[in-house]
Amino acid sequence: MFKFILKRLLQAIPVLLLVSIITFLLIHAAPGGPFAEEKAVPPEVLKHLNERYKLDQPVHVQFYDYISHAVRGDLGPSFKYPGRSVNEIIAAGFPVTLELGCYALLFALLIGIGSGVCASLNPNTWQDYLPMTFATIGICLPAYVLGPLLVLVFGIWLEWLPVAGWELIPGDKILPSITLGSVYAAYVARLSRGGMLETLSRDFIRTARAKGMPEAVIIVRHAMRVGLLPVVSFLGPALAGLLSGSFVVETIFQVPGLGRYFVQGAFNRDYTLILGTTLLFASLIIVFNLIADVMLAWLDPKVRQETVHG
Amino acid sequence: MITGNALKAVLSAAFLFIASCGFNYETNVESGTRQGILHIGNGDEPRELDPHVVTGRIESDLCLALLEGLVGWHPEGKRLIPAAAKSWEQSEDARTYRFHLREDAKWSNGDPVTAADFVYSWRRALLPALGNNYAYMLYYIRNAERFHQGEITDFSQVGITAPDDLTLVVELENPTPFFLQLLTHMSYYPVHQATVEAFGAADERGTRWTRPGNHVGNGPFKLKEWVLNRSIVVEKNEHYWDAGTVKLNQIVFYPIQNATTEERMFRAGQLHITNNMPVDKIAHYRQERPGALKIFPFFSTYYYLFNTTATPLDQVKVRQALTMSIDRQQIVDKITKAGEIPAFSYTPPDTNGYTATAQVRYDLERARALLAEAGYPDGTGFPGLELMYNTSEGHRRIAIAIQQMWKTNLNIDVTLTNQDWKVYLDKRDGKDYQVARAGWIGDYLDPNTFLDMYTTSSGNNDTGWSHRRYDALIARAGATTDQDRRFALFQDAESILMTELPIMPIYTYVSKSLVSPDVRGWRPNILDIHPFKYISLVPSADELSADDLSADDLSADDLSADDAD
Repeated sequence: MFKFILKRLLQAIPVLLLVSIITFLLIHAAPGGPFAEEKAVPPEVLKHLNERYKLDQPVHVQFYDYISHAVRGDLGPSFKYPGRSVNEIIAAGFPVTLELGCYALLFALLIGIGSGVCASLNPNTWQDYLPMTFATIGICLPAYVLGPLLVLVFGIWLEWLPVAGWELIPGDKILPSITLGSVYAAYVARLSRGGMLETLSRDFIRTARAKGMPEAVIIVRHAMRVGLLPVVSFLGPALAGLLSGSFVVETIFQVPGLGRYFVQGAFNRDYTLILGTTLLFASLIIVFNLIADVMLAWLDPKVRQETVHG
Repeated sequence: MITGNALKAVLSAAFLFIASCGFNYETNVESGTRQGILHIGNGDEPRELDPHVVTGRIESDLCLALLEGLVGWHPEGKRLIPAAAKSWEQSEDARTYRFHLREDAKWSNGDPVTAADFVYSWRRALLPALGNNYAYMLYYIRNAERFHQGEITDFSQVGITAPDDLTLVVELENPTPFFLQLLTHMSYYPVHQATVEAFGAADERGTRWTRPGNHVGNGPFKLKEWVLNRSIVVEKNEHYWDAGTVKLNQIVFYPIQNATTEERMFRAGQLHITNNMPVDKIAHYRQERPGALKIFPFFSTYYYLFNTTATPLDQVKVRQALTMSIDRQQIVDKITKAGEIPAFSYTPPDTNGYTATAQVRYDLERARALLAEAGYPDGTGFPGLELMYNTSEGHRRIAIAIQQMWKTNLNIDVTLTNQDWKVYLDKRDGKDYQVARAGWIGDYLDPNTFLDMYTTSSGNNDTGWSHRRYDALIARAGATTDQDRRFALFQDAESILMTELPIMPIYTYVSKSLVSPDVRGWRPNILDIHPFKYISLVPSADELSADDLSADDLSADDLSADDAD
């Protein structure tokens, strides 16, 4: 197992290097520089800015310079925010994004597994159709529709919850977490229903029932352990998606997370900020996929065999 | 059924949790009004709080709370009032100003504000390595341009001197009638030398001097808290010379970019004042809460650029035909909907007493005739046009309307191209376009801020248009003191601009905000500058008789001052 993790981590190095090269080349190829403004920037000012941020150097020199700082953990200064380093922006925004992502994931798992399992136990009854209808709607309803809808109902009409903000007013974390989590809740519900249905019809469940084991033990200890494997393998990409895809929710609810910088860094041609956030999210995707694989191996003996010896 | 019951239990628990968290909380507006804390939307996260590094509206509003120039705007924006300087004199030839600073003006750490602070700050604003985008605002001072360009390095040759602690003498290149207005701009704000230099060299960008705990300013408020992307809190500066006028205890600025989110926050009582207002909601507010909706003419023009270096737009008659064939009234009534004013000249109407006499017309017959004279009768043989705008739903709707108008009225085919902001800027700058959307906000209340953009040498002239007489008129206006004669020169220049039409004016913007009825002292203002020191909060239940400015809102010496503008 240790060898497997080490191998995967070593593989990550060329992947991250490639990601940074491609990102670097793409942003430098994009028209318009970081200092272009609607009001013309006087040429002498532009010259000083380019010198200060080393943009007057050849691209390979800039890249080498960037990478040699990045490996030491220094992601450079932001171009748009002269007083902020990319490290500082990430340090401020990432914990918020992570917190939001975790709440959203928690919501997705609670609602998703709950309704998925409930549906699988009563297939083709209202207890199946109702949650699955919601799941289908949930998958179809993007955050920019669901978010404002929730705000209108709970924020403005019922006046139960704040309409926007993060740690400004008690309760303001609830709506963004639900909005971000709901699409994933829908996926989790469908995955767990499918997994459970398949498992419940397998021989070992029939054997357990024949032995007279209590139904609750059969479901929780035996069926769910196998039936929820698809959910576990979905967790890695889901958490990565929750973290890097929170831009829309952050904008709707005025959440000071990293998603906004990730997207706007590209619009602003803030080279270092795009590179820094891209590298961060790339690393996270690698790590989360690895964690999901390790968890899968721990839960499923079949996969464990392949991972260790394959 | 175990699971059914469990689900029910989870849902009711969640409901109780939600209800207990949020039920009936006191809104920001309620608690803010009670405690004198103003909650205001500020559009975006500021890039910096250093007045010599930043350029935008977001930053200038924050600097307005934290710093103060020699003079400031009256809250109605029509005239200037003394600020850090209590009075000033102008020499006979209008080229030298002598400012007298207040004895009681202090920095937020208690240090006195001296003339030397201004000399230091203006020198800093001009240091080439600082990369100040607005350094050109100081070019009206003798030798400032040469110092900034690095042609001279000895700052004593620049026309800024401090004969004593409380006197500042400024010599100008030319008599500049709007010079006092420039002093309200953040590039002329002072910074505290010891603070700036405690965190880096004078010309170092982005040092930590602007952080809470470090920041020292001379404005009515001081920086208390700055959480990236969440909020900026400023609190009353007890060392401010006019602290008696300042009613607010704190201001909380929120970097809300999305106008729809901002409107919802306003509706839920989380904000006293918004920075913007979604167009779709204007009709609703007009009907339901007209008192909260604040829409005022704004010193800014929405217009299109013509690239005059390539056919067919190198022909004046084509540009005239295009300009005459759009129905501006329709655009402001049906698309922008906030009461924008159709623009028939480039400078907005009543620019400090100047209204352009030369106006473009909406005249379809003449437009068709001009197009025929240019060689394209009824649009036949016209090569087609590409209209470029930066990504925005508002710009797209206007572009579609104009595309339709040109098709119907002139039988000209127009393709629309939507570009990401930086690509758009790049193409504009490289004249890689035919027709492009543009907007311009005046820096100071004078026709010059609009008209000097289209001189041949201006960095903002992206049309390739060049007219020697126009350049000469603008230069002559720059060297003229007499306001009537200046305005006459500007009239001549603008009539050239409105005949040659390298640009096509569309409408004059309005500023749109939602303002809680608790807010007092927030007044109509063409520059959309609302000095925070005059704003106060009163629960709207016990309303005052009038929201208008009364004489006692301003301190006595504001009114007695030498009003030189």
